[in-house]
Amino acid sequence: MGGGPAIMSTSIVGDAFVWLNDPLNWRGPQGITALTLEHLGMSVLAVLLAAAVALPVGVWLGQRRGGGAATVALANTSRALPTFALLLLFASTSIGFGNRPTVLAAAIFAVPPMLSSTYAGLRDVDRGVRDAARGMGMSRPRSLALVELPLALPLIAAGVRTATVQVIATVPLAALVGGGGLGPIIITGLATRRFGEVLAGGILVAGLCLLAEGVLALAQRRLTPRAMRTRRPGPLRASTGS
Amino acid sequence: MDARSWAEAPPVANPWFSWSYVEANRADIAEALGQHLTLTVQAVLVAFAVALPLAALVHGRPRLAAAVLGVSGVLYTVPSVALFAILAPFTGIGRTTVLIGLVGYALLVLVRHVLVGLEGVDPGVVDAARGLGYGRMRMLVTVELPNALPSVVVGLRLATVTTVALVTIGVVVGYGGLGQLMYRGFNSAYRAEIVTATVLCLVIAFAADLLLALAGRLATPWAAGRRS
Repeated sequence: MGGGPAIMSTSIVGDAFVWLNDPLNWRGPQGITALTLEHLGMSVLAVLLAAAVALPVGVWLGQRRGGGAATVALANTSRALPTFALLLLFASTSIGFGNRPTVLAAAIFAVPPMLSSTYAGLRDVDRGVRDAARGMGMSRPRSLALVELPLALPLIAAGVRTATVQVIATVPLAALVGGGGLGPIIITGLATRRFGEVLAGGILVAGLCLLAEGVLALAQRRLTPRAMRTRRPGPLRASTGS
Repeated sequence: MDARSWAEAPPVANPWFSWSYVEANRADIAEALGQHLTLTVQAVLVAFAVALPLAALVHGRPRLAAAVLGVSGVLYTVPSVALFAILAPFTGIGRTTVLIGLVGYALLVLVRHVLVGLEGVDPGVVDAARGLGYGRMRMLVTVELPNALPSVVVGLRLATVTTVALVTIGVVVGYGGLGQLMYRGFNSAYRAEIVTATVLCLVIAFAADLLLALAGRLATPWAAGRRS
């Protein structure tokens, strides 16, 4: 604290780059590469868990065009509940410390964005298009698979993207309950007062999130048929890992 | 107590909630609660004070507005843990770092909502005011901002609720308000402490949301019928 951080700052930036440039910090079981892979593995698991719940429920509710109020209430509650609190609650039960409670907490917070966008995607399918599909003799499941889901895909993809970036942003909290991923670089650095490492860890986590956001934005664009590509800016997405 | 009776003693009670904990630690809880509340209020107020002029400045300049929205969207992707880690080496461990981070995130939410509100004002209304001879400043203060108020209130509610939750991440730099209690409860394996702090967090968030919603309703009586 205090102690003239202005004087220290140049050496901290230097320390961070030295640390990031040391190949020894990248290799091995505790190297940056391994930690990044662990981070991504935990994130993918959390997103899959959340998708397994959110997508079917979202499709079902959206098709029925009901349950919108419940979806909104869920999203609002999840915004008010700190992820950190749920993580600690999980970690103090038989779920145990480490990666498991983190993946579970991240998955739970990934449900609302995916659920609400899947719901909105199916709800907003033009009634006329749906009626036309039924009128052509398509059964309900066929209409859903061939007409409604393709039309809802851009919004569903947007929800998955939001949720994924949010999960990658949440996983660093694992470090506070003895888990892995990139978070421990920051937390260990703070505990040992090696601020160069703290800065390097922060840069790595932020970089990973920005990279994921960019890649997913591109993927989402590819999934959207050209005619449906609008330039309407979406709502600000929460990925700060609160 | 000798070693044998320790081994035979029943497991220590670890309730999810305990009034005796709350009563015995009232001062501690009040301190964390105060830290949490002041951080939230300060962050939202500072962010609002910056967001309002910033949005007014870029409003009416589409290219600048698009740039502000784009940059704020990208910055919002940076996780709070990473932001605190990037700030901590320069601003130290403690309140300053947390406050800067909170102001940043609240600012991104607020700028966007104020801007959306300003852009959404009925062009006919703006035209009418201009026809009446309103200058740019008078237009902004007496016509555009009041019309943008519903969106501004939505932004304030969102920013406040997310800030309340975000304060807990301040634990990373040792200044997390109620998050500090949660973390202590976790480290001492005492569930009641975690649950108490969590419930207080939720209460603050919902109370603040309700208060702001009510204030917004009072400030925009004309919108009451439309909203219903």
